[in-house]
Amino acid sequence: MDEVYFFLAFLLLLSIVVGLGRVFAGPTPADRILAVQLAGTGRVAVLLVLARAANLGTLLDVVLVYALLAAVTQIAFVKIYSSAPPAPGNETDD
Amino acid sequence: MISDWFGIACTVVGVVFFFGGSIGLLRFPDFYTRLHALTKADNLGLGFVVLAGMVQADSWAVALKLLLIWFLVLVSSSTAAHLMAKSELSKGTPPWAKP
Repeated sequence: MDEVYFFLAFLLLLSIVVGLGRVFAGPTPADRILAVQLAGTGRVAVLLVLARAANLGTLLDVVLVYALLAAVTQIAFVKIYSSAPPAPGNETDD
Repeated sequence: MISDWFGIACTVVGVVFFFGGSIGLLRFPDFYTRLHALTKADNLGLGFVVLAGMVQADSWAVALKLLLIWFLVLVSSSTAAHLMAKSELSKGTPPWAKP
């Protein structure tokens, strides 16, 4: 039963790595911070599944700290980014 | 026994939502649509993983701690999504329209 959870945690990690491609390809910094946000929530999910797989209750406290850090990161980025001038490559082409 | 299968099923659904969120982040044409994909992965994907954890939890304290984690991520990610969308809109980025 635990091997299934370890495999699901690996799949979640894979989805984070796939989503990080947006960090390279995003035209604006806002797209890059979206990928970092996905990685943040993905971290929370991976640790939750690992806490079930390895039966470690202490990982839940680590997850709380990660969730708070993700929120603080996002607010800090918005504060810095919203006062910066618009990026030159800001048209919406793919 | 049945809680084991329910836990695995809920985690699989959560993984599916996370994959949908990250693939949507790659494939969508515009910042606002990517934000939409991201928040679905945040809320629903994490919600299903937390539901699986709550069903499999040993005690009520662990289950309530999981619920608290999910509420924290919900509130912070939805606030952050609104902030990002508002700051991008105030910079004048037009939403993607079908050409």
